[in-house]
Amino acid sequence: MKKAINLNVNGVSRTDEVEPRVLLVHYLRDVLGLTGTHVGCETSLCGACTVMLDGEAVKSCTMFAVQANGATVTTIEGLATDGELHPVQEGFWECHGLQCGYCTPGMIITAAQLLERNANPSREEICHGLEGNLCRCTGYQHIIEAVEYAAKKTAS
Amino acid sequence: MPTSYVGQRVRRTEDPRLIKGLAHYVDDIALPGTLHVAFVRSYYAHAKINSIDTSAALDVPGVVAVYTGKDVAKIGPVPCAGALPGLKVPDHRVLATDKVYFVGHPVAAVVATDRYAARDAVDLIVVDYEDLPVVTDVEQAAAGTGPVIHESFGDNIAYKMTAGEGDIDAAFAAAERTVKQRIWHKRLAPIAMEPRGVLARYFPGEEELTLWSSTQIPHLMRTQVALMIGIPENKLRVITPEVGGGFGSKLNVYAEEALLGWISMQLHKPVKWIETRRENIQATIHGRGQVGDIEVAFKNDGTLTGLRYNVIADLGAYHQLLTPAIPTLTGLMLSGAYRIPAIQINITGVFTNKMATDAYRGAGRPEATYVVERALDLVAADLNADPAEVRRKNFPGKDEFPFHTATGLDYDSGDYEAALDKAQQIAGYTQLREEQKKARAEGKIMGIGVSTYVEICALGPSTAMPAGGWESATVRIEPTGKVTVLTGTSPHGQGQETSFAQIVADELGVSINDVTVIHGDTSVVQYGIGTFGSRATAVGGTAVYVAVQKLKEKAEKIAAHILKADASKVSFEGGKYSVTKAAGATAATGSSEPVYPVGQGPAGALPEPQTEGRTGLTIAEIALAAHLAKELPPDTEPGLSATYFFEPKNFTFPFGTHIAVVEIDRETGDIKFLRYVAVDDCGRVINPMLVDGQVHGGIVQSIGQAMYEEVVYDEQGQLITGTLMDYAVPRAKHVPNFELDRTETPSPVNPLGVKGVGEAGTIGATPAIVGAIVDALAPFGVKHLDMPIKPEDVWRIINNDSSRI
Repeated sequence: MKKAINLNVNGVSRTDEVEPRVLLVHYLRDVLGLTGTHVGCETSLCGACTVMLDGEAVKSCTMFAVQANGATVTTIEGLATDGELHPVQEGFWECHGLQCGYCTPGMIITAAQLLERNANPSREEICHGLEGNLCRCTGYQHIIEAVEYAAKKTAS
Repeated sequence: MPTSYVGQRVRRTEDPRLIKGLAHYVDDIALPGTLHVAFVRSYYAHAKINSIDTSAALDVPGVVAVYTGKDVAKIGPVPCAGALPGLKVPDHRVLATDKVYFVGHPVAAVVATDRYAARDAVDLIVVDYEDLPVVTDVEQAAAGTGPVIHESFGDNIAYKMTAGEGDIDAAFAAAERTVKQRIWHKRLAPIAMEPRGVLARYFPGEEELTLWSSTQIPHLMRTQVALMIGIPENKLRVITPEVGGGFGSKLNVYAEEALLGWISMQLHKPVKWIETRRENIQATIHGRGQVGDIEVAFKNDGTLTGLRYNVIADLGAYHQLLTPAIPTLTGLMLSGAYRIPAIQINITGVFTNKMATDAYRGAGRPEATYVVERALDLVAADLNADPAEVRRKNFPGKDEFPFHTATGLDYDSGDYEAALDKAQQIAGYTQLREEQKKARAEGKIMGIGVSTYVEICALGPSTAMPAGGWESATVRIEPTGKVTVLTGTSPHGQGQETSFAQIVADELGVSINDVTVIHGDTSVVQYGIGTFGSRATAVGGTAVYVAVQKLKEKAEKIAAHILKADASKVSFEGGKYSVTKAAGATAATGSSEPVYPVGQGPAGALPEPQTEGRTGLTIAEIALAAHLAKELPPDTEPGLSATYFFEPKNFTFPFGTHIAVVEIDRETGDIKFLRYVAVDDCGRVINPMLVDGQVHGGIVQSIGQAMYEEVVYDEQGQLITGTLMDYAVPRAKHVPNFELDRTETPSPVNPLGVKGVGEAGTIGATPAIVGAIVDALAPFGVKHLDMPIKPEDVWRIINNDSSRI
């Protein structure tokens, strides 16, 4: 019944046996204990569960763990390098881009991908890039400013 | 280190754990052997339960237990604290018994070794329902006709209430002019990004139960759940770990919280339930849900003389914690920012086959502000006057505070004209009106909306609250000089770990990094009321502030004793007590360094502070001396800690002006913001960055209400906006670039002068947005539109199309 999967999560090779129906987000949270990735809607609409999979931001609540077999996954816990915050993480802190923090990991992963694809996005491009992620606290203005901060920081 | 933290834009101390994904929300806590709970919920809005067959579910591998209503009869009813005269209170059990009353009503709870097995088993439980006539129409319910939901009550009217002062009939009889408008406030879903969740662990040896719950009110919940499940209150510990938003939806005590505790006590295992989003929209409280007629009497010169609001409140099938009380808050705020000599509200609260309504960000006040502001726009239209000027004419002057309203309140302080002036200046109001004329001449559809709101915050004096309106704080300095603050508030995004630390660090003259704010654990923190009603800083922050003063009084006595000086000769500055006027005293020699450099603390006995011959002592040195207790004044308690319970004498009344400017696409009906200016006055500001964040978030929830959001039940009581696909929460592309500013009128109600800001955006913004859209469509004869205003509605108006698909 269970299937073996091999994947690399935040730089660590993992081998596990999981039921085919186990969602990637539940594998990350319940099996690996990486609880920074959150579940907000179970329907791909809120983006709280966003992780980076082979360089693409994906919603881990609507993907099976077995579909991630062989993939390289980065979660929020793996975004900082050598204890140094990713520029987007720093931007969120500096610009008050979070309040309750629940959407934040998914929002940061999405923003990081947005900046990888477009190093100097306009406000409109940022809003478009964040379309798949809901935040109920901040009203988005400080999130947009956080992404702008990260873009500037990365450029300098 | 800045000399002062208060008033500064200080980065949040909460953030590092949150941005690294290392914080712990309820579902992030993993206890060995945890069982998972899933619920069978009714898909009928109203039905009789003939039978429930759980046998197939019990056969699912991993299923440990299934409970139905009859199994949990010993658990007390879900509490309602909103007592009103003559209120009908249905018996609200934690699981349905003989009938179900709304879609999402919990019928059975499955407990299994993992969440997948629990969900599998839910699908195998067979409930034989016999459907009953459904009540969704609030006007029929208010008329006392049609099918009855709770049969013993005879009709669906839960209560009727009239409030207000002044001779309302005389005001309307003598009115030179009147306007009247029916206004809907649709049901809204709060949609905290973290749904609700509970983890319960019973310790059979100690006979103690711990509940981790995503709540705004840990202490109130402990009291209520203890009573519901019959565990002594001092054997129940409620912990709120990280809470992913609340907006009032977690200011409640839900069936699931008591049930999980009870199940853990039965099975002697940890049990966890995490709400799905579908459950969240079905069975977490909704907000708003009113329809009413607003009537205003006024003079030909625009002076308001009377206001009456006859409103039906859609309470849902059961009362949750504050359900019936919410419309009474609407009544309190019907004077808005205006001098109105006679005001009356007539409330009819009705039962319907829907989820309960309760406090959602603003909680009854947005409804009041919205109807008053819409009415002011109608008055302006009736007089062909500028809506801003009609408002200005009716403001009480800044010297008229405390200002008594005909709703029975005394507004603490205000300068409404200053906020209006500033907002108009930032917006370039006069020029905007010119641009609008030009735009209209060019065939463009552009509108400007103005809202001058007042809100009621800092809830509140205990006489006006069901379970105490005070708040508590303890401040203590540990032997190593580190400062611990215990607050009875329960922040969940507002940032009080930072703002309270700012207050304390300033008062003690220490680094903010040496202050830790602890909240949300009933075994650690003294009893508190919680976070809601924009009260945390005004009431809880004041408790912190006064506790620090008490602590400093004691510290000063100890300092004087050690320094061998009279207390009157000791002064405190920069974290140090010094003898100021002692003969021959030299400058203080106390060190501002920590008593123990990091990592160099002794493993054994604490070193005594070197006090001999000193003329100054740091607060950290005094804390150590207070704990060593070898050199204290006579009859002084050892330790350095102070607790204060602050009882506010009044509410606070923040205010402001919001101006929205919109343009409508003639081809599509799409509504686009051109500008959004908000000038808010929340009294003294502790951290402007946090205040801006609160205002932004609130306005965007208003944008949601004005343009996108609506919980829809069909005529069978079926919830047809059950996921985030159907229930439209605003996204980044929907929001304008906000232009914020402030005026600052301190509140006399508390020593900090703060008023509160958590709900300003949801209260002040909807009238400005709707006002702008209506103003844009005025050339088409539009005087009012109900929220949410969708492009389709706008397109039909522009195209004079009254057909419906």
